[in-house]
Amino acid sequence: MKDYYRFLYRCFRVSFVGDWRYKAWMLLLSCIALFGLNAYAQQLVDGLAVTGMTDQVSWGLYIANFTFLVGMAAAAVMLVIPVYIYGNKDLHDLVIFGELLAVAAITMCLMFVTVDLGRPDRFLHLFQRFNFPGSMLAWDVIVLNGYLLLNVHICGYLIYCAYQGRRPTKKFYIPFVFLAIVWAVSIHTVTAFLYVGLGGRPFWNSAIIAPRFLASAFAAGPAFLIIALRVIGTQTSYKVPRGAIETLRKIVTVALAVNMFLLICEVFTEFYTDSAHGASAHYLFLGLHGYSGLVPWIWTAIALNTFALAVLFIGPLARSAGWQNLACLAMIVGIWIEKGMGLIVPAFIPTPLGEIVEYVPTRAETMVCLGIWAAGLLLFTIFVRVTIPVLSGRLTVDQRYNFVSSSSPTK
Amino acid sequence: MSESNNNPIEAPELDRRSFLRGGLSVAAGMGAFVAALKPLADMDPNDIPSLDGFLQKHYKEMDEEDMEAALKRIADKVQARWDVVPNVRDVRPEEGVEFVYALNLSRCVGCRKCVHACVDENNQSRSPEIQYIRVLEMPRGTLDPEKGNHDYDRPKVPSDDHFYMPVQCHQCENPPCVKVCPVEATWTEPDGITVVDYDWCIGCRYCEAACPYWARRFNFTEPEIPKEELNTDMAYLSNRPRPKGVMEKCTFCLHRTREGKNPACLEVCPVGARKFGNVLDPQSEVAQILRTKRVFVLKEEQGTLPRFFYYFDERYPDKAAAPALGAESEESR
Repeated sequence: MKDYYRFLYRCFRVSFVGDWRYKAWMLLLSCIALFGLNAYAQQLVDGLAVTGMTDQVSWGLYIANFTFLVGMAAAAVMLVIPVYIYGNKDLHDLVIFGELLAVAAITMCLMFVTVDLGRPDRFLHLFQRFNFPGSMLAWDVIVLNGYLLLNVHICGYLIYCAYQGRRPTKKFYIPFVFLAIVWAVSIHTVTAFLYVGLGGRPFWNSAIIAPRFLASAFAAGPAFLIIALRVIGTQTSYKVPRGAIETLRKIVTVALAVNMFLLICEVFTEFYTDSAHGASAHYLFLGLHGYSGLVPWIWTAIALNTFALAVLFIGPLARSAGWQNLACLAMIVGIWIEKGMGLIVPAFIPTPLGEIVEYVPTRAETMVCLGIWAAGLLLFTIFVRVTIPVLSGRLTVDQRYNFVSSSSPTK
Repeated sequence: MSESNNNPIEAPELDRRSFLRGGLSVAAGMGAFVAALKPLADMDPNDIPSLDGFLQKHYKEMDEEDMEAALKRIADKVQARWDVVPNVRDVRPEEGVEFVYALNLSRCVGCRKCVHACVDENNQSRSPEIQYIRVLEMPRGTLDPEKGNHDYDRPKVPSDDHFYMPVQCHQCENPPCVKVCPVEATWTEPDGITVVDYDWCIGCRYCEAACPYWARRFNFTEPEIPKEELNTDMAYLSNRPRPKGVMEKCTFCLHRTREGKNPACLEVCPVGARKFGNVLDPQSEVAQILRTKRVFVLKEEQGTLPRFFYYFDERYPDKAAAPALGAESEESR
């Protein structure tokens, strides 16, 4: 036990060590996170009136980001499946990075849900009267926290074993790895069902939402990992196996293509039928009765995703690291828009009584979102910062680690 | 592990320079953190729950003593804020009663008196104004609420080319809002009224997203009610002042109706378009309306089974035809 505390303490120490770029990056993230905290403190005092949400559009950026990040978290399985089911060696060591991303993403999800609550001081009520299995939100609380625990356990165990220099005992983590595969699908499915189950919102009340969620998650998540691994590969001493990014690229390509296909299915159903149920889709893609706040957003998203797909399909471009990074960045932004401004907000416009009230996020709301993103990235950077020296055997239980002159910083 | 004692982390060399630098960074970090939290200093002390309030149980779990204490807390807060002594009660449902509302579309003139009587009766926030009733001005040729005009503003109502359809909570028998609440802060009472425990709601607004009638409202900020407009006749589950950050909705004025009075929106209606009563009593006006008039519910395809009916003045020609409809609607429940 004492060893374990010492391990935690050393991890804590390592997270403060790095060259000036690392420190500048961490300082920047800390500052943004503090600005976010400041905006949230203001929200606690004045209520959610500081946001752009109304009784008409009662969920906005917070829930949009939450939904997107559930997808990022679920994407860890796209690394786990090739390794543990198909025996892919290249990805083996990288699984941990996927799971660390999952931990950071779920933590951000929980923060986004918390800031969306009108009465966060009453969260204990969840433990006292829990509407399970009736409410999909109750399911979501279970699957999200369960997924967090699973991933904390798997990463924590593997990293601590590497730190102690012993081989991990299979029975302590393999069953959890397989459980986490199923669980990852469940977190995104349950989150989709949260919306799908509402009969009063025809835009959501469609069976295709859950598959679309998964497809877009399996594109955006690995896309983020490609970029993160490139940064790790070039900025640290850690050797990212050559084949790893290639495998991820294939996954991303297929997932993005499926995502685009499902989008076409949805657009066709809404517009060819042309029933009154398509009002929200009309508002989103074309504008409705002169209101068109989301139209530029969704077409930007479609353009970004189409661009990314084109790059990934054109062989020479797809193999160039620069183009690949660009495509990944484009699809992350594209899918973020698609899930936020494109999926959460339009379901509220028009209201069930046909009223059209548009939604524009306020400065305070945006600051809180940026703050949570910064906090999440901060967490992920620390995880990676600590993991790399452990995995590469430079930080182990009986080895000295020179914190002062460690010359291979993360970022 | 003696060697680790030489390790820079275990025994960092505390020379003056690095000590000062480390200390300064920690101080700067703490300072920035405290500065970020500065807005909390402006928090209204009334917003911070007292320990008793924090530990208060769910409505259904409170015994008589708990309820008495809870009602006293409410009364104290009202007194502290508005300097009046309210009459706060916990009004329970009666046996053998199921409330139903019927609204006569042939009569409603769209004057919106019900909207404002409701706000006055139920202590809704005046700024920003929260209204439970939304009156739609409907064009000819449709019953679809999505075609209605929410913002009609005429010097004189009714307009010859329109009819008027007020929408409020339909007190559904199969309420989507109750199903989705993660903490059971909203439920349907035995007399058919869906209520919210304002002291239990966590403010996630999932119910607001779930309602197909757009009948729920959220307190985005501290509700504001002028002292002279405060209705001091209050009940725990209906019109007591709400805190910020929780949901609220129409309760069929249960503090009135459970004691034999009519809802405020009905009482104020100048044309008698609103009818209210116990559907389980066959002699009640609403039971007769459901038997004999041409009745419909909004968004029937949602399967919500509303207890709020719309009807037209026209009767079915003979009584023989009528019971079939009544029987059918009872059966379909």
